[in-house]
Order: sequence, then C-alpha cells, then structure tokens
Amino acid sequence: MKEFLVRVVVEPKPELLDPQGQAVERALNELGLKNVSQTRVGKCITFRLKAISASQARQRVTEIAQKFLANPVIERFCVEVEEL
Amino acid sequence: MRAAVVVFPGSNCDHDTYYVLKELVGVETDLLWYRQTQLDRYDLIVLPGGFSYGDYLRAGAIARFAPVVQALPEYIEKQRGIVLGICNGFQILTEAGLLPGALTKNLTRSHLTRSLSASGEGQGEVEGQGEVRFICKTVKLRVENNATPLTQLFRYGQIIELPIAHGEGRYVAPQDIIERLKRNRQILLTYYGENPNGSMENIAAIMNETGTVFGMMPHPERNSEKLLGTGDGLKIFQALVTSCQLSV
Repeated sequence: MKEFLVRVVVEPKPELLDPQGQAVERALNELGLKNVSQTRVGKCITFRLKAISASQARQRVTEIAQKFLANPVIERFCVEVEEL
Repeated sequence: MRAAVVVFPGSNCDHDTYYVLKELVGVETDLLWYRQTQLDRYDLIVLPGGFSYGDYLRAGAIARFAPVVQALPEYIEKQRGIVLGICNGFQILTEAGLLPGALTKNLTRSHLTRSLSASGEGQGEVEGQGEVRFICKTVKLRVENNATPLTQLFRYGQIIELPIAHGEGRYVAPQDIIERLKRNRQILLTYYGENPNGSMENIAAIMNETGTVFGMMPHPERNSEKLLGTGDGLKIFQALVTSCQLSV
C-alpha cells in the first residue's frame, strides 16, 4: 500500500449564482485587484489515504465525493491525488 | 396514531415540535434518537429544524447518513406513513435524495441595494448580485395547492404567516425538475410579496410525487399558538395528523 495526499476541491456549479463569490469579487476590486471575473467560493477537503495505486485512490475518492463531499445538484468538484 | 420527532446532534426545534404535536394537536409523540431505525410504529415522522452536525460541509450533508435517515427510504417506499422535514429537516431530505432539488446559500438583494446607495456610489441594484445572510423573520406564504395532507386545512391561494430562520434556504433545482414540480402540483407554499432567500419560483415548501414526503423551510412549530402570531402553523400539524388518522 502506498500513501497519498488527497485534495478534493468543491465549488458551486457555473450556472448557479454564487453570492459569496460575488461579495469576494467586489472586495477584490475595491482592494485594487482589477479585471477579476467569475469568482467562486468553494471548499477544499484534504486527507491522507492508503491505496494500492494512484488510480485506485482517485476512483475511490471520486465515488465518495459524488455521494457525500459534493452535492451534484449545486456543486462540481475535482480530485487531486499526490503520492507521499 | 403515533408521531416521532427525530433528535439529531444539533437539532434545536425538536422540543418545540414535540410540544405542538403532543400538547396542542394531542397525539402520542416520541422524541426519536437519530440512531434508531425502527420506524414502523410511527404514522408521522418529523425531521425538525436546527443545525445537525453544525451544518458542517453543507446543511444536512452529514445527517443524511444517520441511521434514522438511512431507514427512511424503506418507510417511504412501503407508504407506511408521512415524513415532514422542517428547515434543517428539509435540507436533510434533499441531501438524502428523498425530495428533489437542493437548498443553498441565501441570496438577499435588498441588503445589497441598501449598502450600495449608502456608500454613495450612485449605483442601482446590479442584476444577479446579492449577499449571503442568515434570515430570521416572519414571512408571508401563499398556498399553491391545498389538496395535500399538509395544506388541506387552508384555502387555495390563502396567504399565511410563518417564521423562517435559515442561512441555506434558497431552493434550487434543474429546470426539468422545476417543470415537473409545477406540473404535478408538488409546490405547496411559495413566498408571497417578497422572496427572502432567492429560491427558484419562490418555493418555500414541496412534496414528493406520492404525497408522502414533505419539506418546508418555514417553521410551523414557531407559530402554532395565537400567543406567537397568527397560529397558522398549528393547521399544518393538524392537517398531517388528520391524514394519518384517516389512513390508519
């Protein structure tokens, strides 16, 4: 078994209005960072996972992300797997 | 006739709901610990409001894996009784896929308009922009379908008052789901006058296709006595109990 650092990044779906992202974007503008667009605020869940391979780790994490870490009605996610 | 009010870690409207069912409606009611899975003795199961698991991850996302929620699909499948989710209970039911759609962060536009004009920038409300806020106030609701176990004691089109108290109450669903909800008359209550949280189609309460699972963001247990307002909430519990008694 190898150990992997897993990072699941969850964000609101592009077609969904994200009031958090809009509030942050307005503040970014006011603080001098211009030309910002499409700001989204999501969450990042990280953990370590023992698995036989990176592909096995990715597959298991993707399954649990679809079921639990993200709500497919309102969110999309991506999975990053890095061998330790 | 026996009702259950589920108690999750973090529920905080469980005792109010229990009180209304037991003392005001007058039915045998149990507080049911969230690890219980024996549901067959109950004709009505209420998932109450509150902050199960601190709303961590998403409201309802962790509670939906609790043993009692895992036992609900079988209870619903065999049409043993009625399930009502109030506020956090509604969030849990959508997370569990027992009701369609999702409840996400509120979108409050009036706040944005005010803050922009106060800062003297001379901007009007920007289309599609809003602010995330927890909202706690009494709202007006319109009865969109009164031929259901939840709404049968109201008139069609009646305007009722109930309090809301939520940060994630904006009802969203894919357009085909919204169309189906409308076609099947599964939308029971809509926000009237103003939409406090940005819900699609002003949706405040829905039911499943078989009319056995109900979800509502407003809190009927917080307006079930004249002392607390109009008392409209009591009619919701009385209506559900009447339906349960008829089918026993």
